[in-house]
Amino acid sequence: MSARDNMRVMACGTVSKCACPRTSPKKKLLAVVAALPMLLGASEPKLVPDVSDTQIDIAYSFTGANLLLFGAILYPGGRTPSADTDVAVVIKGPAEPLLVREKAKIAGIWVNHASERFRSVPSFYAVATSRPLDKLVSARTAAIYEIGIDNLLLSPANGSSAGEQARFETGLVNLKRQSGLYAEHVGAVSVREGVLYRALVPIPARVPVGQYTAETYLIRNGHIVAAATREIDIGKSGFERFVAQAAEHFPLLYGLAAILISLLMGLVAAIGFGRVRR
Amino acid sequence: MHLYLPIAGLSVNALVIVLLGGIVGMLSGMFGVGGGFLTTPLLIFYGVPPAVAVASSATQITGTSVSGVLAHSRRQGVDFRMGTVLVTGGAVGSFVGGIIFRLLQKTGQIDTIINLLYVVLLGWIGLGMARESVRAVMATREGKPPPPITTKRHRRWIAALPGRWRFYGAGLYISPLAPLLLGFLTGLLTVLMGVSGGFILVPAMLYLFGVSARVVVGTSLFQGLFVTATTTLVHSLTTHAVDLVLAGLLLIGSVTGAQIGSSLVQRVRPERARMMLALIVLTVAIRMALGLTWRPDAIYTVQLL
Repeated sequence: MSARDNMRVMACGTVSKCACPRTSPKKKLLAVVAALPMLLGASEPKLVPDVSDTQIDIAYSFTGANLLLFGAILYPGGRTPSADTDVAVVIKGPAEPLLVREKAKIAGIWVNHASERFRSVPSFYAVATSRPLDKLVSARTAAIYEIGIDNLLLSPANGSSAGEQARFETGLVNLKRQSGLYAEHVGAVSVREGVLYRALVPIPARVPVGQYTAETYLIRNGHIVAAATREIDIGKSGFERFVAQAAEHFPLLYGLAAILISLLMGLVAAIGFGRVRR
Repeated sequence: MHLYLPIAGLSVNALVIVLLGGIVGMLSGMFGVGGGFLTTPLLIFYGVPPAVAVASSATQITGTSVSGVLAHSRRQGVDFRMGTVLVTGGAVGSFVGGIIFRLLQKTGQIDTIINLLYVVLLGWIGLGMARESVRAVMATREGKPPPPITTKRHRRWIAALPGRWRFYGAGLYISPLAPLLLGFLTGLLTVLMGVSGGFILVPAMLYLFGVSARVVVGTSLFQGLFVTATTTLVHSLTTHAVDLVLAGLLLIGSVTGAQIGSSLVQRVRPERARMMLALIVLTVAIRMALGLTWRPDAIYTVQLL
């Protein structure tokens, strides 16, 4: 969220620079419109992003998906595209509050003994870049835009010491990495002649459902010069959606149905085999 | 063949799950245990969230028990009176278990408690069964008749309980409070561990109460049928963790397996069958114990708030 807000602030900043101060709204608008061609001519290139699927359906045979993110870089005023153009794509799942528990060996067995709360942990995070992260942007920029797994802001909420928080963060991130929910795909973005870019990001089968965002950043000389966001909806569909919703909204009926189904299957098997034996 | 489980939120190989159900069903048909003590840990090992594994394996046991109960009741192998008392205790136990489950979940100790329960109970029962069955096998090898299962028909604490009922099938004249308490305990375990409690009930009825061996398996299945049905309901109302697709897959395997198992057991000598079960139970217990003491793969675990 913070990254997008920053982007908005930046965009507003460039516009207000040319808007004349203290004029009526109408005049102000006119001035902006009049200045638009000039503004575009003077400004940095623009991103036109797209994704292969804005809606991913999880059905019975879902074993993961490949998300193709592609687009064009528009250079105002017919300027020749420059070769040192880099693109980073960040895909984020809905953020959720989490409790992370740490095991320790107590009296010979491993038990949970310490825990740390995190207020907003992205349920999914994947970043694809055209070059290694450290060569792409400065550490500060990467932190501001949350580019790279190590730059995620997880907002620990316990008020414990910094070292302890870092330990839990590392544990959490490693866990997410192992389950494939956090991933960095270095070199997964290819930029052709500085104009077209494409990135292929794998979405694992265990992906949580919800509203995802795909943020694309255009990077030149270590600076982010343009950004654009697309929304992706990942949800269960058909029968899977029906089952999940029934379990959530009609628990009594769902439980009774489960019992009935298992009773029927047991009966059918008993009768079927009884016939075979006779 | 991969299939997506809507509640567990992952896709699994359907054939593996059906096969797992089949093996568990065979055990169930042979020994009268629900087989949950195998299903739950194996599902967790496969990556299914523990809550979903516990809840869905309870659903599966319901179906498996049906065919077993029908088969045994045809041979008059169910003491319905004893069964009803056990079920009453079990229903209360599963509701209390639901509350305890929630409390433990909050403190984060549910996994440890489940594992400890498995190790202690399975280890204790497995050892007892192994000792008894090895003696029986040794005796038959020496040409002697197998020693009778040593049960005190008269235990002082059971006899001290007030009120006595006649249980004709079981061949007992004892206070209903004893089986009621046993039912309560197995109900608790069903919710906490996703087992039908057969592996507690069968030895307890056999060795503690001295129930006639003819009705032990059938009555245990009868009790398991109702208690797991209650547990399915408790879980779908509280944890929303019953996965119908997962339970269905397990059921396809286990109802067939149960039928095969119950015809198979008639060809195996009972003491050998008991030895096999003891071996399986002990293996699970040892694996669980190692799991507790070995450094786990994941030091950190995550819970949604």
